[in-house]
Amino acid sequence: MPETMTTAAPSAVTLTIDGKTVTAPPGTLLIEAAKQAGIEVPSFCYYPGMALQGACRMCLVSIEKMGKLQTACTTTVAPGMVVHTENDEVRNARKAMLEFLLTNHPLDCPVCDKGGECELQDAVFRYGAAETRFMESKLHHEEKQFSKLIYYDWPRCILCYRCVRVCDEIMDVNAYGVAFRAAHSEIIPNRGEKLECEECGMCVDICPVGALTSGTYRYKTRPWEMNYTGTVCNHCGDGCKTTLSIRNNEIIRANNRDHSGINGEFLCVKGRFGWDFVNSQERLLEPRVRRNGSQAPASWDDALGLAVERLKAVIKEHGRDAVAVIGSNRTSNEENYLLQRLARSVLGTNNIDHHRTADYASLVGALTAAGAKDRHATMAEIASANSILLIGNDPTQQHPLVALQIREAVRQHGAHLYVINRNRIKLAERQAAVFAEVKNETEALASLIGDSPSGELAALREKLQAESDTVVIFGSEIQGRDVQRLVRWALALPGRTRFVALGDYANSRGAADMGLLPNTLPGYSPVSDVAASARFESVWGGSIPSKPGRNIREIIVDIDSGAIKALLVFGSNPAKTFGVSKETLAKLSLLFVADLFPTETAAMADVVVPAASFAEKSGTVTNLCGEVQALRKTMRKAGTRSDFEILLALARLLGAAWPYRTPDDVLREIVERVPGYSIALPHLLVGGAVPTRPEGAPLALERADLVFSSGDSLFTSGSVSRFSWALNAPEEARRPRGHIF
Amino acid sequence: MSDYESYLKGSPLEVQVISRRFRIPNITSIDVFLAHDGYKALAKALKMKPEEVINEVKNSGLRGRGGAGFNTGMKWSFVPRQSPKPKYVACNADESEPGTCKDRPLMEYDPHQLLEGIAIAGYAIGSHQGYIYIRGEYRYLMDILDRAIAEAYARGYLGKNILGSGFDFDIATHTGAGAYECGEETALLNSLEGFRGNPRVKPPFPAVVGVYGCPTVVNNVETLSNVPAIILNGADWYAKLGTPKNGGTRLFCLSGHINRPGVYELPMGFPLRRMIEEVGGGIPGGKKLKAVIPGGSSCPVLTADEIDVAMDFDSVAKIGSMLGSGGVVMIDEDTCMVKMALRIMKFYAHESCGWCIPCREGTSWLEALLERFHSGAGLATDADTALDVSYNMLGKTLCPLGDAAALPTISIVKKFRGEFEEHLKLGACPYERKAVAVA
Repeated sequence: MPETMTTAAPSAVTLTIDGKTVTAPPGTLLIEAAKQAGIEVPSFCYYPGMALQGACRMCLVSIEKMGKLQTACTTTVAPGMVVHTENDEVRNARKAMLEFLLTNHPLDCPVCDKGGECELQDAVFRYGAAETRFMESKLHHEEKQFSKLIYYDWPRCILCYRCVRVCDEIMDVNAYGVAFRAAHSEIIPNRGEKLECEECGMCVDICPVGALTSGTYRYKTRPWEMNYTGTVCNHCGDGCKTTLSIRNNEIIRANNRDHSGINGEFLCVKGRFGWDFVNSQERLLEPRVRRNGSQAPASWDDALGLAVERLKAVIKEHGRDAVAVIGSNRTSNEENYLLQRLARSVLGTNNIDHHRTADYASLVGALTAAGAKDRHATMAEIASANSILLIGNDPTQQHPLVALQIREAVRQHGAHLYVINRNRIKLAERQAAVFAEVKNETEALASLIGDSPSGELAALREKLQAESDTVVIFGSEIQGRDVQRLVRWALALPGRTRFVALGDYANSRGAADMGLLPNTLPGYSPVSDVAASARFESVWGGSIPSKPGRNIREIIVDIDSGAIKALLVFGSNPAKTFGVSKETLAKLSLLFVADLFPTETAAMADVVVPAASFAEKSGTVTNLCGEVQALRKTMRKAGTRSDFEILLALARLLGAAWPYRTPDDVLREIVERVPGYSIALPHLLVGGAVPTRPEGAPLALERADLVFSSGDSLFTSGSVSRFSWALNAPEEARRPRGHIF
Repeated sequence: MSDYESYLKGSPLEVQVISRRFRIPNITSIDVFLAHDGYKALAKALKMKPEEVINEVKNSGLRGRGGAGFNTGMKWSFVPRQSPKPKYVACNADESEPGTCKDRPLMEYDPHQLLEGIAIAGYAIGSHQGYIYIRGEYRYLMDILDRAIAEAYARGYLGKNILGSGFDFDIATHTGAGAYECGEETALLNSLEGFRGNPRVKPPFPAVVGVYGCPTVVNNVETLSNVPAIILNGADWYAKLGTPKNGGTRLFCLSGHINRPGVYELPMGFPLRRMIEEVGGGIPGGKKLKAVIPGGSSCPVLTADEIDVAMDFDSVAKIGSMLGSGGVVMIDEDTCMVKMALRIMKFYAHESCGWCIPCREGTSWLEALLERFHSGAGLATDADTALDVSYNMLGKTLCPLGDAAALPTISIVKKFRGEFEEHLKLGACPYERKAVAVA
């Protein structure tokens, strides 16, 4: 987006727009200078952050001493310029452009998806003519299905080329082109009849009219018949703000048209279309209890009663260490906080873990040890970085927003990207200044920071050492001691080096931050730290075991060995993720599962309870940059309960008197008690992303196989994506992952 | 060279400068060309300073022969010489303006003259690469040029260290694919780079940001073909051939209702009436002249009363039209001007690149309106609507194609309003004498 500064730089240009004196930096486009002065100049093809087109001619303004009207979107401010945006000549030109646009336009507003939020409609309403002199036959082309998710209705298209540019310049996919000439010009997929792309739907979102429509939304509703709620996408760890549109208690659409949040208007295919798992027919809607070998529906009271009864029996017979808990990468911070409280202070065990997809504990520990706990990069800082070092992962597939931020840094600011990866990932091929293709990222790191790096790594290091303010982004390939080594080395680079660890899911970071780990309390204090435990014991009562619990691998081994008898699983599918066999799970006296879907793990459970999805609850989540954002309840799903409610009920039945009435009560405790989480709540309430600065002792990572990424693609999201139509429908979703775009 | 007589009929009134070698047998061969002062201008230019070359061209009063008529030397002087970027010369050989066929003989009958002009231009602006962008329909001319280029390389008039001067210059040809729009300089650059032939936003102008984002001079074939003669004979000699500020001669393409259609080289400022009557031999069948398009289809038409005009840029502009590309089209009294407007609009509605709204929608609207009107289904408001739509395009499009479509329409509706009234009254075209069923 072009910088539009409100304060005048020393060399600022002063001009007059509609009688107002306006000051703007040299090079500012007239349309932006006018906007600063509160004067709206209408436009279709002009879009901040994308190439100038001069195509729609809507922004024609009159500039004194210039013979012809000029486009405000391509003219830069000049000293003493006198501009009129509302005189008769300008108004007539605008009206003329709208009359032209409507000549071949079908005017099917009553059935058009865009009706009510259409920029053409708005412009005609404000500037246009209610009548037309056009009485010839309108041109018509049939509608085309570009993909299962994207349709193109030619007659409605005004050829503003936003779709072409967003796909090329912003997404770096370049799936769109223009075919034919004159009034027959049309938008076409560049690679054949169908789109070959990421199916992000940015083109649908950015289309000012109803030309590009969404396969999941089209002809379902009118915009004013929906309720809108801003929340956070629940798929990857990037934490995109999304506005869910609800009609009849069902999600109809997701977008972020108001540009709020860290992602602006960006959403990927999962964010824009992949929420449909919430509406899936396969959702669990009633508790189920295993009796005589098979699961049968049960009431909530029966299900939770049975679980608690078995838990008590296991503790009585085998002790508290025979109980283990596996948490989720997607549940809220509040729920995760309560889950570990349940484990630590109610069940009395540190046997709690989750599928760790990035080694946040090591990153926080290393930064704390180096006295650099404020060096977590925010999402915005990735896009404004001078230089970026990316080790491992494939953000284009796994972290579309991070990938976008990296591309924007390169495209808009000329940042240099350095990539170390075993695969020829797209960012390496398209944006990297230096790409070191390596066999193994861990070995490459050792070589990079060692005495004599070889080949591309040497070149990469030399250039990196000449950079300043580098953002270091790494995947699960770098973990444990390597994180500490990387941090130490990179902090010595010039400028303010900052770090991002790429965790897979919506609250991967929050799960670690909230202490879903066997050896740390919320905020990464070791469980052995008496003072840290006291912080929590003072509000929870009782005592927290000081011995680290079993990690997830040990839990699985000990289920097999018979040492673990009861396992509580919240929003996780270890049977799939960790390959736990049915035979192993069958050894448990109690397998309790709270989930949305009948997963492989849920199928083996003694008690399954239907959990609410992200759309059906409130709370907060922390993205991979450590930024906290609010989840907002947008709808209800009859039969389900949020993990918050489930945990509260379990605690109550286990005899603990928890004071929380809403997730907000938990959040207040988190803000008060968890190091690094003393965040400003007002910012959170208005939809902001609030950075956290956790600190913790550098603990050794227990073993090497605890931290690994699921390696999701653009179209997968752990077990959840199996229950999404939209993530399975596109052709691209069925292809092997790779460079198909 | 079999068919030159068909359109190079010659006239005693001609002043042959750039066409002086057209009739020399085998002139496309470099040996013959060298025997007729070939590449002497290049040799002379290479001994001058680049600024001197630019000044010579500036002082000659040579104005762009593509149609806009901008002073060529001035255009060259806009190239930032200090720019570290490579600079380019792009020769616009996308001759597609209806009524225009002057670049064709220049490439067909004297290709080396053009190459020499391009090389001199390259030397003047500090370029080492020239491109000739040729319209797709001129494929056979590209073969002629490619042979000439190969010969020039072989003899050291192109390539490294030309004539021992230390100046390197390459020329490559590039074919268009049949789009009128690619004759617009920025669309040409897009097409040359392999993109869709849409115009670019100006400014920046090509002299600063052209091919591959580098400073580029875009000149018409005829413009560049004039350069060797200017260098060889001097600016004053050239300027004196024409009228003040309109130096030299011009290739005029006479077509339409004229007895001797063809391409004639006449001094700038040559009277239009004499051009029609003496050079072209008058209107066939002794018919009366109704109108003249003075410079290609995008110019406002002149009525038979307006032909006492000197054919130079400024004089024609003074009476509200343009000298344009030199395509002079005569229209006799039996021609329906509504149909004429329709035919012109059909062309523009077909050739509009579709990039910007007024041109894309305006041309197709006008085409449909005129089609209907001419067929007899016109409304009393149509003529005014056509005028208004044209004015809504005029000056509001990204490139001049919108103006090119609007101007002839405006002139025909205004100057031949009576014919529109007749169509309305008859419910048919008065020239076709029969009503056409409304579809």
